[in-house]
Amino acid sequence: MTTKQKFGFGCALLGAIGLTTTAASAAEQITFVSQGGAYQQAQTVAILDPSAKKLGITINQDSIPDAWPAIKTQVGSGKPIWDVVDTPTGYCLRGGEQGLIEKLDFSKIPNAAAMPEAYRSPYSVSYEFYSSVLAYSQKTFPKDAPNSWADFWDVKKFPGRRALRNHPIATLEAALMADGVAPDKLYPLDVDRAFKKLEEIKPHITVWWTSGAQSAQLLNDGEVDMEMAWNGRVSAVAKEGAKVAFTYNQGILQSTSLCILKGAPNHETAVKFLNEAVDPVHQANLPLHIDYGPGNPKAFETNVIKPERAAQLPSEPANAAKQALMSYAWWSSPAGEAAEKRWASFMQK
Amino acid sequence: MTASVSDPSQKHQRREHGLMLALVSPALLVILALIVLPVGWLAWQSVYHDGFTLENYRRVFTEDVYWRSFALTFEISLAVTLIALLLGYPVAYLANSLPKAWSILVLSLVVLPFWTSVLVRAYAWLALLQRTGVINQFLRYLDVISEPLALVHNTFGTVVATVHILLPFMVLPLYATMQKIPGDLMQAGASLGASPSLTFFRVFLPLSLPGVLAGCTMVFVLCLGFYITPELLGGGRTVMVSMLVSRNVELYNQFGAASAVAVVLLLSVLLIFFVVSRFISLDRVLGQK
Repeated sequence: MTTKQKFGFGCALLGAIGLTTTAASAAEQITFVSQGGAYQQAQTVAILDPSAKKLGITINQDSIPDAWPAIKTQVGSGKPIWDVVDTPTGYCLRGGEQGLIEKLDFSKIPNAAAMPEAYRSPYSVSYEFYSSVLAYSQKTFPKDAPNSWADFWDVKKFPGRRALRNHPIATLEAALMADGVAPDKLYPLDVDRAFKKLEEIKPHITVWWTSGAQSAQLLNDGEVDMEMAWNGRVSAVAKEGAKVAFTYNQGILQSTSLCILKGAPNHETAVKFLNEAVDPVHQANLPLHIDYGPGNPKAFETNVIKPERAAQLPSEPANAAKQALMSYAWWSSPAGEAAEKRWASFMQK
Repeated sequence: MTASVSDPSQKHQRREHGLMLALVSPALLVILALIVLPVGWLAWQSVYHDGFTLENYRRVFTEDVYWRSFALTFEISLAVTLIALLLGYPVAYLANSLPKAWSILVLSLVVLPFWTSVLVRAYAWLALLQRTGVINQFLRYLDVISEPLALVHNTFGTVVATVHILLPFMVLPLYATMQKIPGDLMQAGASLGASPSLTFFRVFLPLSLPGVLAGCTMVFVLCLGFYITPELLGGGRTVMVSMLVSRNVELYNQFGAASAVAVVLLLSVLLIFFVVSRFISLDRVLGQK
């Protein structure tokens, strides 16, 4: 290559780079990541497509069942590809503490600023709600069904096979409620008391399930008579004709949240998107496509959700009042992490 | 050995070696890039996290959870190996003694499940073994039992499904070894007046032992790393080592805590291979004739 050729080549290269940057700024874009499946499809119709249209941006989608390891590696590499992640709220908090997630400036996110404080954190905004509920077979319990965790623990009054999730989150809460702790007085959790109560029910647990699909299968096939399960899984099984039901009473209200990766390539657009995604109307559209409740409670004031539909949703105010709101701040505290580590030895004893 | 470097035959041989090396080098590079480097990187993380640390290994060797899981994993692997041997030996023997066409049929029946995903087979076992599953319903229909048996969501169900998945790894090395036992030896035994069972126990069985060792090693080692089957059929109580690996990523939020468990498992596998190699050539275990 002669100097002249080199120069020409360099110019062409610069030109190409210039072109791509203009193209990118002409149509702003972000990469949004959720958990895939029917859930992500519902969001696409209810929230993502309308937001993209309104903001005039392109939303590239990616999906991963468990975003946490990927967040760690992406931010660790110094060049993350993702901008906004929809992930269980605990990961947003933990990520924030470890410097993997951007702190949010709520003055730029008015929709989130208007939400109750329990529904957001310095690093995240609630995006949707689901609940860990007590589900049961209506074949086994045609009437006088178990209606509280105390009933679940009462093997004499409610004989039958039982399943719980193979995970301390929500399970410790259920154990404490079974032991008489009020849903709004759970935190900080009395871990010793919870594990003691769990020892009591342990011999009667047939299966400790690990995936939502497994919990649905257990209930659907009649493998267990009652279990803790996520409300959306139970209603899906019921919709297919299985005689199963659940109660929101003493359910544990959990959420996934939106958060922005530290050093996200399109930070500004990501903030704009975050605001749009929790807009009450978009949020109200979500439960029309899937059995999850909106993350923004204002969605229930939009008249988009009909009252009979609202009554089925975990975050509907009357339903929410019967439940315990999970404290992700506690679970990502050192005490919460210690409780999580203790779970493994509890299981293997 | 006085052959000089210029010896044409040696030169030729060397050129051939060079060619062979060139031919295998793409495969070697792929293995290096996709296996050796990532595994090495993970192993490095188990001892290095903001400085050199043995914390991850201290945990593995001092906390009860790990000890229990390793013990359970070895127990399950041992049980699976023995059952697979008892089931697999007669099958391999049958395939070996049948005419060629029939033995191919028997072997393809053994290998056929290979083409079904492990996940699908785990669910199939669930459909058979669970409380409302085929077996329990049939037994209740026959009035053999009044209450359904707990056949799955425990170690039993895990062992059954694992044996099913690993059986081909027992049968194939056994068959390969049996094929090489000359038939005349049995005839010789018979002509000297030994009964068929005596010839089997004194001649055939000892000669097939390398195959037994090869099959057992394969099954045992593969079983040590099983994940999907115990996860789906173990009911949460059967925690094998591979499940601890994935659990540790979640629990400690760093790969080192998980890879330390994997490294200990890998070293135990290498130790097993080392011990076995004292008795039998490793080529046999790894499938070379």
